[in-house]
Amino acid sequence: MSDKKPISSVNDFVVRFANVNGSGSASANEMFARAILRHGVPVSPRNIFPSNIQGLPTWYEVRVTEDGHLGARGGVDMMVAMNPQTWDKDVAGIEPGGYLFYDSTKPMPSTKFRDDITVIGVPLTAITNSTYTDPRQRQLFKNIIYLGALSALLDMDPKLIEQLIGEQYKGKEKLLSSNVHALHLGRDWALSNLKCPIGLRVRKSDKVGDRIFIEGNSAAALGAVYGGATVCAWYPITPSSSVAEAFTAHCKKYRHDPETGKAKYAIVQGEDELASIGIVIGASWNGARAFTATSGPGISLMTEFIGLSYFAEIPAVIMNIQRAGPSTGMPTRTQQCDIIACAYASHGDTKHVLLFPEDPAEAFEFAAAAFDLAERLQTTIFLMLDLDIGMNHRLCRPLKWDDAKQYDRGKVMTAEMLDEGRDFGRYLDVDGDGIPYRTYPGTHPTKGSYFTRGTSRDRYARYSEEGSVYADNMQRLVRKFETAQDLVPRPLQANAERPTKYGVIYFGSTSPAMDEAIGLLETRGHQLDRLRIRAFPFHSSVASFLAEHDFVYVVEQNRDSQLRQLIVNENGIDPVRLVPIVHYDGTPITARFIAKAIGDHQDHLKVTPLRKAVS
Amino acid sequence: MTYIAKPKFHHPGLKKNALGYTHRDYEGKISTLCAGCGHDSITASIIEACYELSIEPHRVAKISGIGCSSKTPDYFLGNSHGFNSVHGRMPSVLTGANLANRDLIYLGVSGDGDSASIGFGQFAHSIRRGVNMTYIVENNGVYGLTKGQFSATADRGSKSKKGVTNTDNAIDLVAMALQLGATFVARSFSGDKSQLVPLIAAAIRHKGASFIDVISPCIAFNNHAGSTKSFDYVREHNDAVNRLDVLVGRDPLAVDYAPGTVQMVEQHDGSKIALRKIDADYDPHDRLGAQTFLARHAAKGQIVTGLLYVDPDAEDLHEHLNTVETPLNTLEADMLCPGSAVLDKINASLR
Repeated sequence: MSDKKPISSVNDFVVRFANVNGSGSASANEMFARAILRHGVPVSPRNIFPSNIQGLPTWYEVRVTEDGHLGARGGVDMMVAMNPQTWDKDVAGIEPGGYLFYDSTKPMPSTKFRDDITVIGVPLTAITNSTYTDPRQRQLFKNIIYLGALSALLDMDPKLIEQLIGEQYKGKEKLLSSNVHALHLGRDWALSNLKCPIGLRVRKSDKVGDRIFIEGNSAAALGAVYGGATVCAWYPITPSSSVAEAFTAHCKKYRHDPETGKAKYAIVQGEDELASIGIVIGASWNGARAFTATSGPGISLMTEFIGLSYFAEIPAVIMNIQRAGPSTGMPTRTQQCDIIACAYASHGDTKHVLLFPEDPAEAFEFAAAAFDLAERLQTTIFLMLDLDIGMNHRLCRPLKWDDAKQYDRGKVMTAEMLDEGRDFGRYLDVDGDGIPYRTYPGTHPTKGSYFTRGTSRDRYARYSEEGSVYADNMQRLVRKFETAQDLVPRPLQANAERPTKYGVIYFGSTSPAMDEAIGLLETRGHQLDRLRIRAFPFHSSVASFLAEHDFVYVVEQNRDSQLRQLIVNENGIDPVRLVPIVHYDGTPITARFIAKAIGDHQDHLKVTPLRKAVS
Repeated sequence: MTYIAKPKFHHPGLKKNALGYTHRDYEGKISTLCAGCGHDSITASIIEACYELSIEPHRVAKISGIGCSSKTPDYFLGNSHGFNSVHGRMPSVLTGANLANRDLIYLGVSGDGDSASIGFGQFAHSIRRGVNMTYIVENNGVYGLTKGQFSATADRGSKSKKGVTNTDNAIDLVAMALQLGATFVARSFSGDKSQLVPLIAAAIRHKGASFIDVISPCIAFNNHAGSTKSFDYVREHNDAVNRLDVLVGRDPLAVDYAPGTVQMVEQHDGSKIALRKIDADYDPHDRLGAQTFLARHAAKGQIVTGLLYVDPDAEDLHEHLNTVETPLNTLEADMLCPGSAVLDKINASLR
């Protein structure tokens, strides 16, 4: 051990597990995170995995954070190094004074360690092999054994882990007791052979409250169930597949008729993304609430249909779980890189509504709202999630639903209304909001039918190539988009304690890192007003925010500062006043990164008075 | 010419069907296709079949892709909703529409460019899913709207109007539909309404994926010597295996057939198809036999027409998905939303 003092921290550290894909480590690692939550201490876990099924490296990172900072922190205080393939890189990544936990069954040369970290060896393979003979059991229980050892090292309450095991294996007594046994094998070995606890400790607290722990994709799928989606068509693509899979699971539980057992939903795995969006468009045209879930490459394939949805005015909900592009890009890495692609998807003049949830709770809420918006506005609504929110468990406020809520089915002309003699023009703006009435197929024997087409037509849906008729329709679509501004979730503003000329705009999964960065920036003396954008088209408060500040940082997770481009383009703003802060290496953005980038820019902006400089 | 209004009046003595509708009630706008186009005969056959079946016109949803054939839904069933969607994507749009409301009749109209080229995949997958629909391909072997390029159903060795010989192999959509599990497969010719009308009627009454390939000559670009989709060529090479009558609510015994020449097929909804055999050995319940028969005759340059395969007890996609009988598009929050009490339980399970 060198002069570097071991890190000492209670309820504020990062543990990273380095595993081999397919080794069954995921459930033990998740149990570790959940166990800390049961101590009343917030955690923020992240899966870091390659585009592969078995054999390649995978990491699971748990940020233990009593202060509730749920963004990625950066750096590793304790590495649980279970993968020889990535050993060197894993060991190198530990913070000075940090800890290395490894399987010491086979002796390692001293050159494989560092002298500024604490090395903790537990003979995991030896303990496992002396207890279990079945190879599969050996692999699975090894994970529980290291969980047991960690519980001793980090001073965790073993009862809370036993409780979790009890819940997981409820009714499967044999599995339950063998898991508890494995847990104590590891824990007892550590207690009798190592100095426990180490500098990193978990202490019971009360900072979790009533919050829940859920993946964004599952929450969005639940939002679709609550929002009344009945048709789901999808094509498997990482990181969105778990949306459709979760929707299937939720529907199996909550959407079967109790008497007949029949399904109040239809889920089709399409042959590709074109078919998936086609099914959604067909179902929505026919009055069902329908959605698809996809990621960047799927959006590219769907764009022709998205244009049809815009122009023929057919509702559709597309959940885009963004990953790093372009092309196949980094399929298992996170980015917010489809903002422009979705906002202006398809050929010709098009604009689409985008929703930007910050966490699973908002993913649930916005997913449900997306169906109301799609039917109200008769167009495509994009729910813009990303891998960071979608595929990681995130601590968030409990999901809420108002039982008095009825679905907003939008402007639908019924047989009764037609019989009353109401004038039906499919593309007729009767209310001045740009939104026409539609009829469902099969409504009336002689009234209200029309021919839906992607070609230009007049207000009564009759084919027309007349320039003035075409322009009239395109102008109405602009009016409709203006109407959308007041229907979508508004931006949320949080002002600095003292008045400031500087602001920051951010959205989606950047949220927790941004909140934490504000604190870091304050300690450096920088005051910033914050605006979290939650939807496109932008509400007028975005323009006001820009007008009120000399410089506004736009923080986002893509190379080209796409949200900034959209703001400049849509608001006619001088781009110089919008400073791009971009993070796009595929890892989630961190507070440290944001604070440094903004802090450096702020320092640079501050002109030192001449007198002071020469004195 | 859709801007030319079609007169609404008609002769007071015009015949009415069981629902009291006349032929005119099943018509649409005036066709904008070339005079003499085979597609217009198919339009007339669809009108005739719907009239004969006494279908309520507004209970049909007409869905098409892009192309000459896909324009035709504007020319029939003017009181039905139509959807001229995206090139090659009629099958997915129709699938979605069908999932939303299982109570309507779904008529998919497509062309050979739409179904055999750009939308070949969607054609295949809608068939293999067993979507309850009548899928009609108006097959002329050529791209009409873009002026005469070969389509994927053009036979190898056939000549374009400009004299170019097609060197690519042709896709036989009927053979594909059989292989993919369509439960009603037929081929006909736009110039033979007496065969086509009952085929469309039987397809509409069939539950499951019905596919009809209708050879429909393009008089502008594919009706010359050297074409294998011209009126003359199809007439000369048409090899009908059967002709049929569709009987709905009528006593089949009232129809007089010579014994041994007719095979009765009862469909799922109780309607009957009386198949008058032309080829005595042809069995329309034998999928494998049909495939072999077709391949053998195609090799001889013959175009086999008629009802080629039918499974009267077929299931459709809704049965595979076990969906409720009530159309999904009519379900409201009380039927779909699990409510706040369930959500509280879900929240509790996530702590």
